[in-house]
Amino acid sequence: MIRIVKTKEKSRREQMLLRLAAFILALCAGGLFLLVLGNNPFAVYGTILSGAFRSKMAVQATIKIMIPLLIAALGVTLAFKMKFWNIGGEGQLIMGGVFASYFALFHADWPSFVLFPVMFLAGIIGGGLWALIPAFFKVRFGTNETLFTLMLNYIALYLVSWLQEDPWRDPGANGFPKIASFDKSATLPKLFGVQIGWVIALVLVVVLFVYLKYTKQGYEISVVGESRATATYAGMNVPRIILRTMFLSGAIAGIAGMVQATGSDRTLTTGIAGGVGFTAIIVAWLAQLNPVNSLVIAFLFAVLEKGSSVIQSQFGLSTDCADVLQGIILFFVLGCEFFIRYKFVRDQKPAAAPQGGNT
Amino acid sequence: MADTEYAIECRGIIKTFGSVVANDGVDLTVRYGEILALLGENGSGKTTLMNMLSGIYHPDAGTIRIAGKQVSISSPEDAMALGIGMIHQHFKLVDVFTASENIAVGTPGKRLPARVMREKVRQISQSIGLEIDPDRRAFEMSVSEKQTVEILKVLYRGQKILILDEPTAVLTPQETERLFDILRSMRAQGCAIIIITHKLNEVLAISDRVTILRKGKYIDTVNTAETDEKNLTERMVGRPVSLEIERPEPVDPKTILKIIDLTVRKPDGSLALNDANFEVRTGEILGVAGIAGSGQKELCECIAGLCPAETGAILYRKENLIGKTPREIIRLGVQLGFVPEDRLGMGLVASMGMVGNMMLKTYDAPKGPFVDPAPARRRAEELVQRLEIATPSVDTPVRLMSGGNVQKVLLGREIESDPQVLITAYPVRGLDIHSSYTVYDLLNEQKKKGVAVVFIGEDLDVLMALSDRILVMCHGQVTGVVDGRTATKDEIARLMVGAGEEAAQ
Repeated sequence: MIRIVKTKEKSRREQMLLRLAAFILALCAGGLFLLVLGNNPFAVYGTILSGAFRSKMAVQATIKIMIPLLIAALGVTLAFKMKFWNIGGEGQLIMGGVFASYFALFHADWPSFVLFPVMFLAGIIGGGLWALIPAFFKVRFGTNETLFTLMLNYIALYLVSWLQEDPWRDPGANGFPKIASFDKSATLPKLFGVQIGWVIALVLVVVLFVYLKYTKQGYEISVVGESRATATYAGMNVPRIILRTMFLSGAIAGIAGMVQATGSDRTLTTGIAGGVGFTAIIVAWLAQLNPVNSLVIAFLFAVLEKGSSVIQSQFGLSTDCADVLQGIILFFVLGCEFFIRYKFVRDQKPAAAPQGGNT
Repeated sequence: MADTEYAIECRGIIKTFGSVVANDGVDLTVRYGEILALLGENGSGKTTLMNMLSGIYHPDAGTIRIAGKQVSISSPEDAMALGIGMIHQHFKLVDVFTASENIAVGTPGKRLPARVMREKVRQISQSIGLEIDPDRRAFEMSVSEKQTVEILKVLYRGQKILILDEPTAVLTPQETERLFDILRSMRAQGCAIIIITHKLNEVLAISDRVTILRKGKYIDTVNTAETDEKNLTERMVGRPVSLEIERPEPVDPKTILKIIDLTVRKPDGSLALNDANFEVRTGEILGVAGIAGSGQKELCECIAGLCPAETGAILYRKENLIGKTPREIIRLGVQLGFVPEDRLGMGLVASMGMVGNMMLKTYDAPKGPFVDPAPARRRAEELVQRLEIATPSVDTPVRLMSGGNVQKVLLGREIESDPQVLITAYPVRGLDIHSSYTVYDLLNEQKKKGVAVVFIGEDLDVLMALSDRILVMCHGQVTGVVDGRTATKDEIARLMVGAGEEAAQ
């Protein structure tokens, strides 16, 4: 008979190896799926890779996909470290985009050394305030942050719909409801052919890594995440920590929105987030809430996304197939977390279990 | 050998976790109609052994016979089918279910109508001489009522073997007495009972035989009637120990904390502390006795600034602590080490190592935005040495450490912070004898340094041996302050139930 038992905590190395094994297994399972569809899995995987890297332009496009995903994942990381289930990254990203777009639309005549910092700040404030709303209600009335942040996503989304229908509608679009493209002077500059957002993202990775690991505020976040009672006992001002951390979490998502609108889209559309706020949660989680890991994971996600747009044209596979592949990979990688904590054993064999043999 | 006379017969049980040998050739036998106490220090393998009987772990080697038949117990369901019921330290009840629903849940067989169920529960509870309302919901019950429901669950399923893991750790003396009555009447009905406990007086009071484990090894099984506390302790610890608790004379006691007319309400509006008046002096241990829930927790929390007072004042060297934030109070040198029932809930961060936990109250002290873990690491390493804390490294998450070691970390941190006033609540909760004495020594050491120590305890014998003065509480009221050297147990017990108004000053 086979039983499930807890294993003792594995070392970092063993955990990484296990995840790698899961990833390889996922590729095999995905390959099976492609085989059933009548494709050569090796060719398809090859195309995904080459699609993401085959030319300078392809690499640039991949990075472009990565930028908002990475920044949003960093934002989510902050809240999740505190066990504050912020799934409103989508909405916070949108609001950051909205606030920044205001200046891009109506103050494009400002000198760029003023305009860009203002847009950056606007993104921070837009996302931050949007995240502050559920945090305030959580602290004050104990509302459920998961539902609250989720619902705010839709409000933010339809706010953009309304803006493009009415107040910010482009008069030159022949009655088509859209917001005008930003003036060249309000578009983020490029570095190595990709909008400057990637530099911002990399800086944020480092800043956040240091923030979480070496600062007092980072320490406070860990303690509050573990136990609010303990934090209060240690003399921490828990409500203030929650409000502050959520503001920062939203602010970072807001930066993602600002970067996406003014760097990549060069306008504000309802597609500004396009699910990035949700994918960011998966990225942050797979990265074990570690900013540096997030960089790697976000990049891999971007490769998959860019590559799958190529298999669509080359193999006639719909992009939905790419989503299926993504799903399979996630399934395996998340599933392997189970094996980090538990294992199957046969009866009557020596079994390992946690060291919690205290009496 | 007439094997059938044993309800449980374990022979040569071996169980290893990685490199740790939790059980190394353990023998254990229980007959029907007998209560066996399983005695051993923290980490001696008692819970591991019981978990193998209840199907949570599986032994690496050795045989288990139930009612004479060799069995392999590979799941809790198997254990249930074999008639083994286990009552864990943490109760496994559904909060929103009533007593009878909780008893019905997970019981094999057809679901009975609520009315029949209720009647059955009533019958069973009367058969062992206790009253329980079958319609009471679990979240409304006290700890002891929950435990009773757990026992009824076992009886309802017709299980004849009952295992209790430290059942008295969370009970008051009165509740413990009631539990023992239940166990005795179950024994009379022919049940085989194994009870795990640290408390020697309880072992002597309830058990027929005692099996002693030490560091995973089987030491001996003795008849309770033929042994005493001293003998049991020595076999458990493996060397002669003194059961005397030291009580040095206080040197130059001065009032440092004065509690005046303190009234505190619980969040639900009921009175937790009612007009409390007393003082705490330097160089002295003030014991606090009282039935659990008499306001001890609120008293601690109020002094530490964690809950607001309705009226009254707490004067610390003439400065009122009420209205100050917890951090301001910590900085004044008033330290609280509260060991909650789950040991980790307040005071320690389970996922962090000792280093992270050492700086819990001091992380904010250095200037600038960064934390400085170096001094915390140094203190953690010192503490490991001084208190003999068993941990692979000072970075190992404290949740992986055993209960006794976790408590040493908590208490050690408070002591390291050089307190003026040290409040400890239940510091020996769930600790074995050896660790408990380490804690008493630590408190005495603080006392000698001139610290004002407040010791909130459960065990009256310990309170009376350790404290210079004993404050007795009942229903949030201070019913008396007695001299620890001259007070009698009866006197304190009377004050604990509030019958001592005439005795109070």
